[in-house]
Amino acid sequence: MQEQEKAQASELKVSARRAMNRRTMWVWAGRAILAFVVIGGWQWFTTEGWVDKFFFGQPTEIWNSLVKLFTEGTAFGTIWENLWVTMQEAIYGFLLGTLVGVVLGILLGSNKYLSEVVGPYIRIVNSIPRIVLGSIFIVAFGLGVFPKVLLAAVLVFFVVFFNAFQGVREVDQNLVGNVRVLGASPLQVAIHVTIPSAMTWIIASLHTAFGFAIIGALVAEVLGAQQGIGLIISQAQGTFDPNTVFACMVIIAVITLGAEYLIALLEHTLLKWRPPNRSEAQAI
Amino acid sequence: MNAIHPNRPPGAPERTEDAAGIDIVGLTKRYLTPKNETFTAIRDVTLRVEPGQFCAIVGPTGCGKSTTLAQVSGLERPSAGSVRVHDQLVDGITNGVSYMFQADALFPWKTVLGNVLIGPVLLGTPKKEATLLARDWLRRVGLAGFEDRYPHQLSGGMRKRVAMAAALINNPRILLMDEPFGALDVQTKAIMQNELLALWEELRPSVLFITHDLDEAVALADKVVIMTSSPGTIKDVFDIDLPRPRGDVQKIRHEERFLELQGQIWESLKDEVTRAYKQSAGVAA
Repeated sequence: MQEQEKAQASELKVSARRAMNRRTMWVWAGRAILAFVVIGGWQWFTTEGWVDKFFFGQPTEIWNSLVKLFTEGTAFGTIWENLWVTMQEAIYGFLLGTLVGVVLGILLGSNKYLSEVVGPYIRIVNSIPRIVLGSIFIVAFGLGVFPKVLLAAVLVFFVVFFNAFQGVREVDQNLVGNVRVLGASPLQVAIHVTIPSAMTWIIASLHTAFGFAIIGALVAEVLGAQQGIGLIISQAQGTFDPNTVFACMVIIAVITLGAEYLIALLEHTLLKWRPPNRSEAQAI
Repeated sequence: MNAIHPNRPPGAPERTEDAAGIDIVGLTKRYLTPKNETFTAIRDVTLRVEPGQFCAIVGPTGCGKSTTLAQVSGLERPSAGSVRVHDQLVDGITNGVSYMFQADALFPWKTVLGNVLIGPVLLGTPKKEATLLARDWLRRVGLAGFEDRYPHQLSGGMRKRVAMAAALINNPRILLMDEPFGALDVQTKAIMQNELLALWEELRPSVLFITHDLDEAVALADKVVIMTSSPGTIKDVFDIDLPRPRGDVQKIRHEERFLELQGQIWESLKDEVTRAYKQSAGVAA
């Protein structure tokens, strides 16, 4: 009897694993087909001349541009130097924007008076197209790294700020009441309840925020720079070379995916207390 | 005293006195609704809880039971009347109080151990001592070995035990319980009630226990207070003379005296419940 049960159980496990493997295989097959159709279609359409490759580039040409960027470099030094400059700008901007965003978000979130005084101005600044600030920063601070960091930080700030602010507002009042009864000072309430609770919101915003940091750095470079991926892009635009623009996009995409992965790792360590996420959206 | 209460937190000398009595006199609380009307949650509540007494408050939904607790804890200020704890007027957070809510107010980002040791840590107990104390309390509520779990990994009953350990670890003079077992299933509820009684016998804090469940009130308390529907006032007070220690709450339910008391109290409560139901039905219509 027991033998039979055991056999059934192992059979169930084997078939479940087989079904799972089959599913994974199909998913990957679907992905490969989709990539093939899109990139292959692009290649085909441009080769046949239905779409002008002079304007829209061509996958093989983009690959050639990539190879050229990495082997021959650019007019402004090797691709690595340029990439490093852009990354530096994005990372410093990201850190600066996150820091200021978190501090101000928590401060305004927990102080009603401050938030009422400053709130409208933050909303006004948020509603103007901040990317234009890049021009002002470049005029004010020159073509160096600093104005790019600043623009990236401004873009990052608002994303992080609103999340931190909201996170503080969503704190469970039962928890606050509980520690207050236990004798917690306002500072202790912040340390034990408000900040950890807002952390979920803040970390969720970091994914988007890093994308904004890259955008800020790139746009500021396009507006005026001595080095950086943005400069390569604007140069390529000037010489009607869409393939190099696409090649730069590929490079940035790879970097952003890497950063995404690191942020996901951070999220995992900091938020390990959270129940496993059941939403499907997380998987995408 | 230390012989009786070996687990009083060190470094909190002001907590070493006995359980405190609670004196509520003419307590009234009004709130301003969003529509700018005043809403009287409780009116002229007068109630005395003797030191070490277990007092249950029963009443229809929305009769201001929780409001009463908030005034005692000092989280809110009364509109009129006063609350005295240990002959001291409540003005700001009352010293030596622990709160237990219906929703478990556990920190989801802290482990079980971290949740329990927050109490002594907030009192300034060194982390090492607090950890020892918290481990001891987890053992007492039967959760040894679960120190490193997070709340979401526990069952409802286990979370309640964590909340109970967290509430009792500071050896409070007053324990405020706001329908603590309301969300539990019947069997778990009975187990938790027994455990609460056992721990209460040991520490003897004064307890204000809010519940909807009349059986629960009679089985646990020395005194059952009936509140009227909104605005809440005190309608009746019943002394429960069932002998202590009560033993199994499941068994006590079948005793003659229990049924007698329960019947009397239900007579008093019934009208209020009906009236509260009509009120809310009238609002809904």
